Amino acid sequence: MTAVETTKDTLEGWRGESLEQVLWLCREVLEDENWPTVKAWRDGGGKVLGHFQVYFPEEFAHAAGMLPLKIAGAPVEPRLTDSRFGSYLCSILKTSLEQALSERVVLDMFVTHPICDASRNLGAIWGRNYDYPCQILYLPQNPNSSHSKQYLTEEYQRIIELIEEVSGNEITDEALSNSIALFNENRKLLRDLYRVKLETPWKITADEAYTLVRLGGMMPREEHNELLIQVLNSIDERPTRKQDRIRVVFEGGFCEQPPLDLIRTIGRSCYVVDDDFFIGLRWILEDVVAGDDPVAALATAYIDSSSYSPVQHDLNKPKEKMLLERVNRANADAVIITAAKMCEPGLEEQVTYIHTLEEADIPFFVSEFEENMTTFDHLEIQLETFVENILFD
Amino acid sequence: MSSVKDNEMWRRGNREGSALFKKWFEGLDKAANEGQWGAYVFVMGSLAEILQNFDLPIVFPEITSLQTAVRHKAPELLNEAEDHGYSPDICGYVKADYAVQVRGGQHPQGRLPTPGFAVLTNACNTYLKWGEIWERILDTPLFTLDVPGTRSVGTQCWPGDEQFEREKRYVRIQLEEMIAQCEELTGKKFDMDKLHQTLTYSNRMSAAWKEIIELNKNNPAVFNAISDGTAYLGVNNVWRGTKEGAEYFERLLEEKQWMVDEGVGAHDNEKHRLAFIGVPCYPIFREFTELFTDWGGVFVTSTYMWFASGGNNLGFQYNLEDPLDSLAEVTLIHVRDSMDSMFHPEQIVYSCMDEFGIDGVVYHPIKSCRTTSTGMADNRRALMEETDLPSLFIESDMMDKRVVSVAQMKNRIDAFFEGMEMRKAARLQEATQ
Repeated sequence: MTAVETTKDTLEGWRGESLEQVLWLCREVLEDENWPTVKAWRDGGGKVLGHFQVYFPEEFAHAAGMLPLKIAGAPVEPRLTDSRFGSYLCSILKTSLEQALSERVVLDMFVTHPICDASRNLGAIWGRNYDYPCQILYLPQNPNSSHSKQYLTEEYQRIIELIEEVSGNEITDEALSNSIALFNENRKLLRDLYRVKLETPWKITADEAYTLVRLGGMMPREEHNELLIQVLNSIDERPTRKQDRIRVVFEGGFCEQPPLDLIRTIGRSCYVVDDDFFIGLRWILEDVVAGDDPVAALATAYIDSSSYSPVQHDLNKPKEKMLLERVNRANADAVIITAAKMCEPGLEEQVTYIHTLEEADIPFFVSEFEENMTTFDHLEIQLETFVENILFD
Repeated sequence: MSSVKDNEMWRRGNREGSALFKKWFEGLDKAANEGQWGAYVFVMGSLAEILQNFDLPIVFPEITSLQTAVRHKAPELLNEAEDHGYSPDICGYVKADYAVQVRGGQHPQGRLPTPGFAVLTNACNTYLKWGEIWERILDTPLFTLDVPGTRSVGTQCWPGDEQFEREKRYVRIQLEEMIAQCEELTGKKFDMDKLHQTLTYSNRMSAAWKEIIELNKNNPAVFNAISDGTAYLGVNNVWRGTKEGAEYFERLLEEKQWMVDEGVGAHDNEKHRLAFIGVPCYPIFREFTELFTDWGGVFVTSTYMWFASGGNNLGFQYNLEDPLDSLAEVTLIHVRDSMDSMFHPEQIVYSCMDEFGIDGVVYHPIKSCRTTSTGMADNRRALMEETDLPSLFIESDMMDKRVVSVAQMKNRIDAFFEGMEMRKAARLQEATQ
């Protein structure tokens, strides 16, 4: 395998810097519409595999020497895609394609999933606009079938062959096992970061943690791991004090992302102790043991050792029960239930979540968002009122 | 002087279809009132062939929901669901059905049996979310049939291909798992001979349906793919795999052949032959069609006839030597084809525009359905680049009258036809010069 060497950082200026400086830099990069980390990767001769939300086994792209890039929209105006989409659609579809059409990001391959009615259309739409491979990775929608793991292993094998063609690199078992180890490390570091949110949420704000997680989807994982290690090593020393805020779980960030300012707004009155932001990067809950068949190991982990979201139907994972577990595990005082505007699965799930939380007598705050929204005053006032009701109850 | 419209053949299929549809609703009402539960299925991958083996009343909630819109009863049901927390921006079928279920199955056309079992396919993701609602409010046992679709345009695999055989095995195992679940729920054993009989009826129905669709290549068209086609689709779904269904479609084929022989068209003034992409506008169903027929516009084909017949349009024949294996194979092909006709409709237009003599294409994206609507605008761009067919893009909904603006729609449609007529006149002038 002749993967692109990743010794050069795609994000410059973070090594050895203070925590505050690193967090500032991360945010700057995240808000840069021109995807500087991806550009740096391409400038180094690397190829890019863009994969739409929610989950994609990024290990395959990595093992082939490609950068797996999470395509998750952006808070930009959909100028070029406006004529390619009708009304009544979620924003993430439009802004994801906008990123490509505006050439802010250049891909060598695009993969989407049959997770919702809109996203599965994206494969055809992307394919009508680009000559490079635009594919649907058919993740199993019946994970409860006795044959689903075998099916998924075969489907993974199919996409591997295509990635090999695009990258020009063979994905050997050894390379894939190494990639699995690297991504295991990444998932462990993200779990460590979430432990900080859970146990000492005053050490890192909701938007800071979010930024750190999201960067993982747009830079080489080797670099992301080292960045996370540096941040986690310095976080204990941060001179921040616990404040009088309620502990909340944020639910609804599995696909389209709320603006960073909305997350900051929530963080001003709440400690977000757990959430489903970019759940795809944390979908696998435990280390994957590559063993003799690393492809099968990833397929098994997808089904047996994974999180939940409104876009996966699994009889073994009733989503409302999974939410309650998340709330209880986080010792949360309340839940913020959101959905992206026009997101059918998210909006449908909201109803069940509300009934479940009502039955469990857990306070909740319901809202909708769009990645392009820019004013949060009204939401902040409502949220403050909600928080005060709980604090002074 | 007698007209062809006095002939018994004229619109016989519409009359008989209406009677069969009424009979289906009456059967559901009877079953519900006798305390029987129903098997809830969807038009794309209903697996009615298996469910009939267990003598279960089969409910198609997409069809029962759309009927509430046609009968102008949908607004109160949508409001009720929205009062219960469902967003105005989700599928109207789901909301209308939700309201019917919380009313104990009371539907404008009779009572529906409670969902005692539901088969969900991944042809539409909302099917899965819909099933989860029944599961939560009614403890309905669910079975999901996962059918891998086309990964990118033009890459479909076929029997004998390694990938196809792998996927067929996945589908077949799921069918066996579904049968086991049905046996457990009903206490009845699966009967292979009965499946054989059911598939025989399905084969007859499917063969006739394919021929009927193709007869619309004739000029004038022998049916309107929206107004007539939707009525045929209803029978195609709810009477699938039955003697009544097979006979109905064979008689319908006879009627259409008669029309061809007599040179009779579905409309007297056919001037423009149109293809329709999407789902009809049920809140103003009759008016919607008339907005086109008033200009002599006839829908000679529609993607709706493809995907809403669950792929039955292909005319695929089950191999009766190995019914279950063949069911797996055809289900994979049918459901995949349904999805293709929603995600790649331009391919259908390319493939049939000459044979059907299509003059224009109407795209009808709707608020309720991202499955059919998400790609339409981009699809239209592709069509415009590839062909010189005029096209129209009108947005509304299949259930929610609040987003149906007839006046606005009429303006757009009128402009579309004016453009088509000017274009035709210019071409005629060019040809005569």
